[in-house]
Amino acid sequence: MSDAYVTATNLDTSDTRRRERLAIIQRSLKARHARERRFKFTGLAAVLTALVLVAILFASILSRGLPAFWQATLYLDVYLDPEIVQVDERPVRQAGESPAQFRERELVWLNQLSMVNWNVLIDESLKANLPGEIESRQARDLRALVATGERFALRERVVENPELIGQTVNVKMLASANVDVWLKGNIDRDLPDHRQQLSAQTREWADHLHERGIIRNAFSTALFLNTDSRSSPASAGLAGAFMGSLFMMLIVILLSVPLGVASAIYLEEFAPKNRLTDLIEININNLAAVPSIVFGLLGAAIFIGYLRLPLSAPLVGGLVLTLMTLPTIIIATRASLRSIPPSIRQAALGIGASRVQTVFHHVLPLALPGILTGSILGVAQALGETAPLLLIGMNAFVANVPSSPLDQATALPVQIYLWQGNELRNFFEARTSAAIIVLLGLMLSLNGTAIWLRKKFETRW
Amino acid sequence: MNLVLIATVLIVMALAYQVGLSRSRAVANGGVRLHSRPGYYGVLVALWCGLPALLLFGVWFLLQDAIVDTLVIRQLPVELANVSERDMQVLMRRIGALASGQGVSGEVQAYEMAAAQQMARLESMGRLAMLASMAVVAVVGLVVTQRRISPQLRARNHVEHVITALLAMSSGVAILTTVGIVLSLVGEALHFFRYISPAEFFFGTVWNPRFSTSGTGQQGEFGLLPLLWGTLMVSVIALLVAIPLGLMTAIYMAEYAPPWLRNVAKPIIEVLAGIPTIVYGFFALIVIGPFLSMLGDLIGINIRATSALTAGLVMGIMIIPFVSSLSDDIITQVPKSLRDGALGLGATKSEMIRQVVLPAALPGIVGAFLLAASRAIGETMIVVLAAGNNPVLHANPFEAVSTITVTIVNQLTGDMDFSSPQSLVAFALGLTLFVITLGLNVIALVVVRKYRQQYE
Repeated sequence: MSDAYVTATNLDTSDTRRRERLAIIQRSLKARHARERRFKFTGLAAVLTALVLVAILFASILSRGLPAFWQATLYLDVYLDPEIVQVDERPVRQAGESPAQFRERELVWLNQLSMVNWNVLIDESLKANLPGEIESRQARDLRALVATGERFALRERVVENPELIGQTVNVKMLASANVDVWLKGNIDRDLPDHRQQLSAQTREWADHLHERGIIRNAFSTALFLNTDSRSSPASAGLAGAFMGSLFMMLIVILLSVPLGVASAIYLEEFAPKNRLTDLIEININNLAAVPSIVFGLLGAAIFIGYLRLPLSAPLVGGLVLTLMTLPTIIIATRASLRSIPPSIRQAALGIGASRVQTVFHHVLPLALPGILTGSILGVAQALGETAPLLLIGMNAFVANVPSSPLDQATALPVQIYLWQGNELRNFFEARTSAAIIVLLGLMLSLNGTAIWLRKKFETRW
Repeated sequence: MNLVLIATVLIVMALAYQVGLSRSRAVANGGVRLHSRPGYYGVLVALWCGLPALLLFGVWFLLQDAIVDTLVIRQLPVELANVSERDMQVLMRRIGALASGQGVSGEVQAYEMAAAQQMARLESMGRLAMLASMAVVAVVGLVVTQRRISPQLRARNHVEHVITALLAMSSGVAILTTVGIVLSLVGEALHFFRYISPAEFFFGTVWNPRFSTSGTGQQGEFGLLPLLWGTLMVSVIALLVAIPLGLMTAIYMAEYAPPWLRNVAKPIIEVLAGIPTIVYGFFALIVIGPFLSMLGDLIGINIRATSALTAGLVMGIMIIPFVSSLSDDIITQVPKSLRDGALGLGATKSEMIRQVVLPAALPGIVGAFLLAASRAIGETMIVVLAAGNNPVLHANPFEAVSTITVTIVNQLTGDMDFSSPQSLVAFALGLTLFVITLGLNVIALVVVRKYRQQYE
């Protein structure tokens, strides 16, 4: 009442005061709105920066890597001169011979094969396609055209089919890495001779063969079908690394998904609330944030140092990655189980189901899409992991495709690491980018599947 | 061979299931009510038949080789008793190859042949014994359980106990992992501290491990500080990039973005989180590094292509999605009443965010930053490729540095002989890294949990 009285008597003064206040607010309003716009703009700028960064990352990898899927390739007719290719019949294992003895005889035969001068065959075929007389002192320049590994490909062909000797075969051979770089323009063509990787003569020949269509840019199957190669960089491929990764992912899927889902079910549905389960829970949350390289140290000390498992084996890599992805899968599964409303459980329990029946017949099927999504994301994370694998020797050079999880192998991300460090930079930069595209393709399709599954089966309770 | 055996056990288990099933049905045919449904009796019989046999197989598998080896070694001639451990391994490998019929190259000694024959005999004996005992255990389990089937047998409860026990055992794996990490790091680090005193390691300012093979008797210097400093420098640069960008992205996404932009931009930014770190490293090496170096030339500063700045910048890009998605969750958790109150008092949206939402969300956001920091500290591949590996104390971010993780990789790759301080130091470094990140994580988790309780 007194307030009303005061207001009534001081009507004039309060009115002016209000107007003053309004004027102040109005004056400041402009500045405040400007600040509001600036703030909103900063936010938008942050989002755009992040998007632009994604774009730059992908653009730079794609622009470097895509051309590497096509590679300079020679299409040659090679005459398998019987004068030069002189080999016996392939030995057959005889009764009563131990594998080691047979292996020795086989080695003798293989030795004989590698004594054959395959280079000469290729040289002859090249000479036929190049202008002018080519002297034997230019053999070096000539051989620089062809990837060194290709003579073994020629040998393999003869090993498989000895009847070819004496015939002319049409072979597709990879040009050497330096020729590929030269023809693609990945090296400055105006550099002086001493800074070029190829001699002037070889460069001229490469251009000549390119013009005649004998060297063509063909889709590089070597990238997918070959293993890594030191002596012949042009034929280095991802097959070994791919198989290594595949073995590891199989181990991760077989071990970490069942273990992770089982422990999540236990912790979420059965575990009594006590100190021990609290400890397990904190422990899992912490494990999820432990740097991956620490898992590598664990693998080196326990699996290799203590259990004496072989170095560079996908088995060890798979075990290390299993331990690493386990927390991710547990956490995702628990979140998925938690999102199932209690009413489902109560209904099942209410009609007489036991707790195990409730979980396995009702809760688990409903949580399955979430579990699947979490597991796929975990596996994708394991697929891209590099650091722990370096510590258990998976960065060794491996020239064979591993045929079991105990063989020496490497993995896709480790292969990328090895290739980026190769001294033949202007060839391997593109090759590495191509490998990254393969890896990213695999990972993004895994992630995409996970997102699609989540969208398709998402239920709002 | 082992796979065949396991498959056989599984098939026998399936048969046992059928036995239990038909037996329980036969019991029920008399018109009595069984305690559980017939399937549970089947499962119970199968479990009792298969699990002990599998357990036996597991134990045998782990122990047989060691036992056979010791027995064989005991039979070797006396003069071989004190050969070095490595020679012994080579010898045992040769004997193993002979025993398996693979044969070895080179001349075979008489004692090798004898040992190989003994090994083959022991192995086949062991194998037979294992098969026999597995068969006995399986049959006994089958018969006894099958006999026990009666309407009163609480088969379902038994089966469920087994299932729960298996589930509980799986959750023990996580504990075992932590124990394994702690034991292996601490154990090997203690080995390391026998060579180098902890004070020298933790407070040394020079990192110069030398090579373990140089054999000059010099130990090398293992000072942690240059590496710690490098780690810190790279991480701080990364956080300087990621925190503003990530936080502003989160704020914009949570408060301003129209739904369509949110739907498009959020998954794209999350893609950044799924990219392997080796790809970021390569990106830093071939794009960001040369770019920064060129930029430096333009403004007259000498920036190395591989430097703390390059690594930090790219690592910052890597943790943007991490910061933004965590902060986004936390910002959207701030109750609507707080926002409405602020808006009702006439605040503009940005004032509401800055003066009400952010202070309310601060503990959670700080937690997110701490988690991001622990990520940055533990990140390996980016720094391996882009930081330049230069373990020297200096304060110039445009110069190359080295970090703890880089050094772990450098010291441990290629050398699996855990006997020199040069490779053992990796574990001491790993322990340091583990303790730092663990500390950050624990603080962050506590802070975030406090914050959650506040608004739930």
